[in-house]
Amino acid sequence: MSRIHQALKERILVLDGAMGTMLQAYKFTEEDFRGERFKDYPTPLQGNNDLLSITQPEAIKTIHAKYFEAGADIVETNTFSGTTIAMADYQMEDLVYELNYESAKIAKEVADKFTAKEPHKPRFVAGSIGPTNRTASMSPDVNDPGYRAVTFDELRIAYKQQVEALMDGGADLLLVETVFDTLNAKAALFAIEEVKEERNIDIPIMLSGTITDASGRTLSGQTAEAFLISVSHIPLLSIGFNCALGANLLQPHLEAIANKTDFAISAHPNAGLPNAFGEYDETPEEMGEQIEEYLKKNLINIIGGCCGTSPEHISVIAKLAAKYKPRRHAELVSASH
Amino acid sequence: MKLSGLEPLVLNENSNFINVGERTNVAGSRKFLRLIKEEKYDEALDIARHQVDGGAQIIDINFDDGLIDGKEAMIRFLNLIAAEPDICRVPIMIDSSKWEIIEAGLQVVQGKCVVNSISLKEGKEKFVQEAKLIKRYGAAVIVMAFDEVGQADNYERRIEISKRSYDILVDEVGFPSEDIIFDLNIFPVATGMEEHRRNAIDFIEATRWVRENLPNVSVSGGVSNVSFSFRGNDGVREAMHSVFLYYAIQAGMNMGIVNPALLEVYDDIPKDLLEHVEDVILDRRDDATERLLDFAETVKGSKTEKGVDLTWRENPLQDRITHALVKGIDAFIIEDIEQARQEAEKPIDVIEGHLMIGMNVVGDLFGAGKMFLPQVVKSARVMKKAVAYLNPFIEAEKTDKQEPVGKILMATVKGDVHDIGKNIVSVVLACNNYEIVDMGVMVPPEKIIETAISERVDAIGLSGLITPSLDEMVYLAKEMQRQNFKLPLLIGGATTSKAHTAVKIDTQYNNAVVHVNDASRAVTVVGDLLNKKTSHEYVAKMKADYDDFRTKFLKRGKEKSYISIEEARKRKYKIDWETSEIVKPNELGIQMLKQISLKDLVPFIDWSPFFRSWDLHGKYPDILTDEVVGEQATIMYNEAQEMIKEIIAKQSLKAKAVFGLFEANSINDDDISIQKKGEEIAVFRTLRQQLKKREGIPNHALADFIAPKESGKTDYMGAFCVGIFGAQELADSYRAKDDDYNGIMAQAIADRFAEAFAEYLHKQIRTKHWGYAANEDLSNDDLIKESYKGIRPAPGYPACPDHLEKETIWELLDVEKIIGVTLTESLAMWPAAAVSGYYFGNPEAKYFGLGKITDDQVTDYCERKGITKEKARKWLHANIAE
Repeated sequence: MSRIHQALKERILVLDGAMGTMLQAYKFTEEDFRGERFKDYPTPLQGNNDLLSITQPEAIKTIHAKYFEAGADIVETNTFSGTTIAMADYQMEDLVYELNYESAKIAKEVADKFTAKEPHKPRFVAGSIGPTNRTASMSPDVNDPGYRAVTFDELRIAYKQQVEALMDGGADLLLVETVFDTLNAKAALFAIEEVKEERNIDIPIMLSGTITDASGRTLSGQTAEAFLISVSHIPLLSIGFNCALGANLLQPHLEAIANKTDFAISAHPNAGLPNAFGEYDETPEEMGEQIEEYLKKNLINIIGGCCGTSPEHISVIAKLAAKYKPRRHAELVSASH
Repeated sequence: MKLSGLEPLVLNENSNFINVGERTNVAGSRKFLRLIKEEKYDEALDIARHQVDGGAQIIDINFDDGLIDGKEAMIRFLNLIAAEPDICRVPIMIDSSKWEIIEAGLQVVQGKCVVNSISLKEGKEKFVQEAKLIKRYGAAVIVMAFDEVGQADNYERRIEISKRSYDILVDEVGFPSEDIIFDLNIFPVATGMEEHRRNAIDFIEATRWVRENLPNVSVSGGVSNVSFSFRGNDGVREAMHSVFLYYAIQAGMNMGIVNPALLEVYDDIPKDLLEHVEDVILDRRDDATERLLDFAETVKGSKTEKGVDLTWRENPLQDRITHALVKGIDAFIIEDIEQARQEAEKPIDVIEGHLMIGMNVVGDLFGAGKMFLPQVVKSARVMKKAVAYLNPFIEAEKTDKQEPVGKILMATVKGDVHDIGKNIVSVVLACNNYEIVDMGVMVPPEKIIETAISERVDAIGLSGLITPSLDEMVYLAKEMQRQNFKLPLLIGGATTSKAHTAVKIDTQYNNAVVHVNDASRAVTVVGDLLNKKTSHEYVAKMKADYDDFRTKFLKRGKEKSYISIEEARKRKYKIDWETSEIVKPNELGIQMLKQISLKDLVPFIDWSPFFRSWDLHGKYPDILTDEVVGEQATIMYNEAQEMIKEIIAKQSLKAKAVFGLFEANSINDDDISIQKKGEEIAVFRTLRQQLKKREGIPNHALADFIAPKESGKTDYMGAFCVGIFGAQELADSYRAKDDDYNGIMAQAIADRFAEAFAEYLHKQIRTKHWGYAANEDLSNDDLIKESYKGIRPAPGYPACPDHLEKETIWELLDVEKIIGVTLTESLAMWPAAAVSGYYFGNPEAKYFGLGKITDDQVTDYCERKGITKEKARKWLHANIAE
């Protein structure tokens, strides 16, 4: 049994908080984003957060370290948009391998330092795999519902490249997250299975969907349970939800899947809902109060934060998580067939 | 086995038989094949939708045909289905004999599908490879009982092949056993060939073996094959299907393709037929087939098509035209009008002759109460179609157009968006040969004046539904007086009344002002007003009538007496906050709901107001059997159902909602402070009844239903807005086709959906988001009777008539940004089919009417709200005692 499976049996694992929110505080300029290497790059690069793993690696490392200090067991690599599809906006398709590789590598460096310091609490790196900016089962053109801006194969190929780079860079597990279209996620899972088979190795997979509103459905229209069924063909380490909603509003959706699966359950909600200025203002204590409801109900195995959360939030969450037992779930499947 | 579309489908030991729809299979449906060949994908989608509506729990989709590019068709059709939530809520069965087509299908469906099918037909290697990929794509699979040797056609072969397939899939591929479905081949019986005798019973027995020996698998099959030899005799086929299923299901067959139209209830099969059929299915006698064949001669699967009565088509031309107008049938009108045109001297004669004769019959019947408004509007539709056809001929003749009897300007006033009533009146007047200048909604007064002059109209009709519209009407009357107008002014709309017209509008204008609140009166009123001989007399009579009414009304108003606001506050409704149960909402904060299906709202529709908007009075469902209007109401109801079906299918209306639940306390008696974590984020101002009441009867304000700050308890309240988008576009699309009837129908339905959505959401709030009535179980009738706990009053309605409070709701919930419902300058909501309001959860909260308030409360209200007295009087005047 791998170390993470072992850890998951013993306690509730804590995932880190938002990367983007932390980076905002640095107020990086266009020049900072470019660094020396991309000084003359033809497209504007400000806002390409994934690129900072190359041009501002110290900042990324510092943020990872802050989350580990706050009590996180797992940090996510800075690779949410690390596919050729999402990087097309910046004409950086060719850089995708390097971005993912470097991001995984620096996260792993920080994780290893913490593990060395506290061997009883091993730290892990989850390769973050975002949804891309295209949907495979919805048309972007209202007048042509049969049109698709991306195909399964295009997604599969893009995800495969990201997965290989993340694994080469040292990611301990993979996190397919913010799934708003299940078909995109299925393409990512397909790609991961291909890599696993080709390299004849196993790597744990976390999968996290996004429920968009009070209808309790994903953007592509599936109910929480239908989403669960659609991705359960792959042996996952965990399944859960992140983003879009605060901890309070996420709870019913977690409950909807918790007793219907043998996988571990994860959640990394936002710090509440955005206010009129688009900012998240739920304090660590407020968020902690909501999260404690999950813990009391024994709903959770992995818990962290999404948009608007900071090391302060994670610190509160980690302290709470330490007080409760993890949700009991079936013996984790550690190897695929 | 677990499958999914947008929703889950879970099969377990307790599940009933799963019915797979097969009409979207080019091999199973000639119509579907034709539609795909002709690339009529919209109609092909309708077939899929029809199946799901009809109860198919999975839909089988197959494009295996020599003349179709199967891969392309599969991708296109599945992509289109993905955009239809009513169809793709169920799982898809991707059906093809070509792996390339199956894989293309697997790549475009987000849910967990079923692949139909794979087999050992072309060897183990291909079988294993395909199974591995299916597993990786995340689908279940149908395995045909077929191997390198051939198709299994007896008991032993079925067992041999399924056992071998199972072992390979489970042990070598690692395929989840619960995702395996065996199709054990259903073959025809009673073919006359000896080797076919055991076809049914072998299938049934093999099914039993598979379910007992191969853990977790399912068994499926195409049932209609079994009765193949009785094609043409549906009576026998229906019985054969039922008998076959009866035994196969007992043996463990748990899913299959069954045409529900070709299925008899087992218990309803006549005894003698049952015996003959069972003999064949179970192979009980050597002569079973011959006996059934003989018996079948006596069984008739007769189905009588109910034809449309077209005998009226044999009548003379004028009778046909009149019939079409009276019945509102437009199918033949063009051909009849063309005949009339050829017979007439001038095309205009057809309008003045044939059509007017017909419309006069309509008018007489309507006047005599023998036709109802919706029918008249339908007649108008036929009339319009006929006139539109004749116009080019009339133009070509270059004769002068027929002079209409009068020209009427119709407008919904500034700030108001409601126009169903106005549209109905316009159509009715137009049928009576008035020319209508319809200015639409939110028309500013200066525009009305300007158009009245430039178009030289003969009368002006104003409409409005919300209370601020009353002021607009008063203002327009003043302006007309100032500019020395002589035109009569017609006032209509739900908020208008004879009292308001007599007291406020009539006094501003020296010429005729008439309150006309039902469309049937509009024609006679306008006729009297515009008749040059009698109008003078009529106007004088109206003026006198209104003067008299006014005097009486004002006198009556004076008799009521009021208490001061301080006194009223002392007599507030008192809830014992020590014992009253306060339930904390499950979900505090603001949420939106944009993915609701209109279908879920249909059960919440209150139909009675729908009929009222058409001047048909009565309570649903009794109105459908009402002696006078029942027949018409039933027709309208059925047409509304049809349109709703179409709206749902085409998603031409879209429902969106935003709602929030908050901490709240009442403060200073009449205000409600809305808080987040104890911090005030908004304040609702409520108004208190001031009418002097008997001792012990309280003077209500909504704030009474929320725990006061001094109680030390945190209470809660909510606010919401729901809107139905797209009604205007839909109505316009009908009007563009000269179909006002359906235009009005579309708006009326959108209104019903908005109310139904508010009702639906309130239920969700009570049982889920707030959860204070988690276990309530109320029928729709109970909902309409408001027998639930808690209330949802809306600003602008009796308990809280102040429309200004909507602004607070808009700010608090960020309504405009989140769902796009906006407020006009008169604080009407746009789109018009929208509802907003508050949620109060206390069991003692109830609806009440504010009634009149006095000047002291107005002053106090201004100070609390921080607005000028002038503004307060403007918005509250309808509720201020004179």
